[in-house]
Amino acid sequence: MDYFAQQLINGLVLGSIYGLIAIGYTMVYGIVGMINFAHGDIFMIGGFIALITFLILISMGLTAVPVILLVVLLVSMAITAVYGWAVERIAYRPLRHSFRLAPMLSAIGMSFVLSNFSQVTQGAQVKPIPPLITGGHSLYEKGDFVVRLSNVQIVVVITTVVLLAIFTWLVSRTRLGRDMRACEQDQTMAALLGVDVDRTISMTFVIGAALAAVAGIMYLLYYGLVDFYMGFVAGIKAFTAAVLGGIGSLPGAMLGGLAIGLIETFWSAYFSVEYKDVAAFSILIVVLIFMPTGLLGRPEVEKV
Amino acid sequence: MGPDVAAPAPNQQPAMRGPGIAFILKKSFISAFVALILFSLMIGIRTLPSESGQLTYITRFPQLAAMVAIVFGGSIIVELLRQWWGPVDTLRIVPPQVQTGLGIARRLLAPMLLIFTFLVPVIFYDQRYILDLAILVLTYVMLGWGLNVVVGLAGLLDLGYVAFYAVGAYSYALLATTFGLGFWECLPLAGLLAACWGVMLGFPVLRLRGDYLAIVTLAFGEIIRLVIINWQSLTGGPNGISGIPRPTFFGIPLTPGENGLAAKLGIDFSPTHRIVFLFYVILALALLTNWVTIRLRRLPIGRAWEALREDEVACRALGINTTTTKLTAFATGAMFGGFAGAFFATRQGFISPESFTFQESALVLAIVVLGGMGSQLGVALSALAMIGGFELFRGFDQYRMLVFGIAMVLLMIWRPRGLIGHRAPSVFLEQSRAISSDLVKEGHG
Amino acid sequence: MSGTDILSVDRLSMRFGGIVAVNDLSFTAQRGKITALIGPNGAGKTTVFNCITGFYKPSAGSMRLAHADGAVLKLERLNDFRISKLAKVARTFQNIRLFPGMTALENLLVAQHNMLMRASGFTLLGLLGFPSWRTAERYAIDRARSWLDRIGLLDRADDAAGNLPYGDQRRLEIARAMCTEPALLCLDEPAAGLNARESAALNELLLAIRADYGTSILLIEHDMSVVMEISDHIVVLDYGMKIADGAPQAIRDDPKVIAAYLGTGDGEEITAEGVS
Repeated sequence: MDYFAQQLINGLVLGSIYGLIAIGYTMVYGIVGMINFAHGDIFMIGGFIALITFLILISMGLTAVPVILLVVLLVSMAITAVYGWAVERIAYRPLRHSFRLAPMLSAIGMSFVLSNFSQVTQGAQVKPIPPLITGGHSLYEKGDFVVRLSNVQIVVVITTVVLLAIFTWLVSRTRLGRDMRACEQDQTMAALLGVDVDRTISMTFVIGAALAAVAGIMYLLYYGLVDFYMGFVAGIKAFTAAVLGGIGSLPGAMLGGLAIGLIETFWSAYFSVEYKDVAAFSILIVVLIFMPTGLLGRPEVEKV
Repeated sequence: MGPDVAAPAPNQQPAMRGPGIAFILKKSFISAFVALILFSLMIGIRTLPSESGQLTYITRFPQLAAMVAIVFGGSIIVELLRQWWGPVDTLRIVPPQVQTGLGIARRLLAPMLLIFTFLVPVIFYDQRYILDLAILVLTYVMLGWGLNVVVGLAGLLDLGYVAFYAVGAYSYALLATTFGLGFWECLPLAGLLAACWGVMLGFPVLRLRGDYLAIVTLAFGEIIRLVIINWQSLTGGPNGISGIPRPTFFGIPLTPGENGLAAKLGIDFSPTHRIVFLFYVILALALLTNWVTIRLRRLPIGRAWEALREDEVACRALGINTTTTKLTAFATGAMFGGFAGAFFATRQGFISPESFTFQESALVLAIVVLGGMGSQLGVALSALAMIGGFELFRGFDQYRMLVFGIAMVLLMIWRPRGLIGHRAPSVFLEQSRAISSDLVKEGHG
Repeated sequence: MSGTDILSVDRLSMRFGGIVAVNDLSFTAQRGKITALIGPNGAGKTTVFNCITGFYKPSAGSMRLAHADGAVLKLERLNDFRISKLAKVARTFQNIRLFPGMTALENLLVAQHNMLMRASGFTLLGLLGFPSWRTAERYAIDRARSWLDRIGLLDRADDAAGNLPYGDQRRLEIARAMCTEPALLCLDEPAAGLNARESAALNELLLAIRADYGTSILLIEHDMSVVMEISDHIVVLDYGMKIADGAPQAIRDDPKVIAAYLGTGDGEEITAEGVS
């Protein structure tokens, strides 16, 4: 039971990270109907930029953790958002009216570009940093076993929740959000009604990238390391989360992320660590086969 | 792509007569500024472990400045080129003489290429490096032709093709090292096993829509690789399997000893013999793949594959069992992948999971797409170009995938339909007319 | 079900979520006759077609198809490709669904897939070039040729179907459906988008099909000149329900039909969206 509770906490934290990435997948799929294959690598870039910003701040002698955290968050979100924008502008926009395999392949190409770009510029080694946020709280103690909730975990969950709240407000209450939903339904009609489709799609990528950057920062804080290859596996898992939640559905993405995080954690805890990725990928396959609309997705009626 | 994405945005029509130099400079400044933001931390700062193990950093501002300058200069050049060349989709009228000339050249290209390929070991007998490279190219030609059945003909996007390559390679390696079977006995078994895996994977997933199918096949490829890594007792895990027997000339080994082929033929032994032999083995396998594919295209199953790519709903209305049709495409492609895998194992004598990453799948897929999906000649040419191009970057290993990625993006923008943009009809009443690929659907995946 | 009926639809209902697209519909189509299914937009005509041809699974009701040899098939028990393969029901689509990148000839060969598959020994014999396969292929090409001739597309046999003019594509789609040797041919608005001359040619083609092959035809059509001229029997739908059923002359004068077409001024907008 205690072990279970501990794994539950760990799983939820991991799930928050996946959920943040999954939102990027789900938004882009909803609006342009493509799997943004490079999104996992955007997450990785976010992690790297956070790492570098962090190192610079530390070398400047800054010690106030909240300040560091805030600056890292802002810088990483801003720069990663530009990455998201540039990727769409360079690799996807020229292909929007091309045949339908083209954007997918271009995205795969972009994924290689991003991961190898950071390998070339930053090296192939794993980049560890000392823990920024230490300490935690014992929730429950029984004999030797302690259920702990570390401060990092609290930060990760709170940041996720706050950002999700902002983001939900953005999508549901602002002009931009309305434009996004309009483009999702019918781009031609949206354009005729005065929605700047290009700009809206760009903004979708920008927001998705910014959230992926947050996930990158959380990953860095939680695991204390980044490497150039982490985007691939995390990307597929986050995509699994998006599909599990029902692709196109924003709450679904978060829900799916939590589910994947929990499943992965429990699988590692009770079965085998080696096969945790196999478990995640198998879930992807099973979900797609048996409930392709996911938990919160809308069913598609085949038009004949 | 998504549902009826039309709506050309107003700013997409570039003015025909070149906007002035000010416009170009402004655009280039913006590009350079964006590049500055993108590269500021990633290039301007290099993270390094210090002696104490702590991560630290050095600055690289000159490199950053250089990259930004390159982007600035590059975007000026691109803008100028764009003005000179006109909008991307401008229809260019080729004079009829040139067209017939090209037609003749195209018809002669395939036979010439084939003759040349046959002569490669003769011409380059002393150049081991070229022979090795040629074998590598042919392996990818074969993989490309195998995947072409799935992606090019049936229109099913398979991102995990390398899984079948791996199944073939490991089948041969395990059968040979545990049961002592030879290459020629194992080859059909490897193909058969790969085909079985193709059916096993295919059966549940083939109902899925295109993009989903792509992701599921990708996941499947990764699962196979992870299982190979973790099932140490069977596969040797990350260390792989070594000591895989080399192929024999129908039972006669190509070794220096008494029993070797050289001794039996009464000629001096040379290690090149084996390379040449391997060359012809893979050439034969590749040609078999090609022959079968060309035959299949003219059979009802091949036409059903293409029809499936064009319109699945119409296929169902015509009484075609789409599930089995897809499965056969999957199994056929997988079988060729399995053959290629067995060949890979016997050529290397050593295999490990390293060789079966997603990058391989993406490479083979890029070969098929660049070749112009469905075109056998196009696939062969693009395998040559890709693998040859890769070789140029030998020694700059870390730049290889970076350049590959950039090339893939640029190719999609420049020629999404691939090199050979025509489909040749599988049957005709009077005369064959090539079909522009603009009409050919690319499948639901 | 009497002996002359080829298709009898009995109490068919189809619901999408809360929308009732087809409600308790019963009608029959006679063997060797042309039956038209008409009704205002959104009346559920195409939904009926999609149920009959196996693209939708009906929520309730039964559809029986009687072959000339006396075999009776329950269509609601067969799914997608089996309807065409076993029950011999072929169809065309409202928005043409040819294989645009394949030639007209290839389109007609794909339609003979099941026959050719058997002849090619499920690919094995064909791969080895067995004579039986060659004969079958020649036969299939001949049949395709005769159909191309009949629809006046012989000289365009080797052109991509997607390159043909619209009217030719419509006829090619009908020829393709006929190449499956159907007992019942279902045509979804075959005259849509055709000009007067083309639609007259279509009438001739359909009458010829009925005369030469004895194929029963079920068609959805808006073009009343086509419907009135060639139909033997007309079924009128409105809001998913049958409002009239009879010979063309009787239908023309039926006040309920006139009301449905001209509208009685209420509830136009509750037609089930996206159903037809």
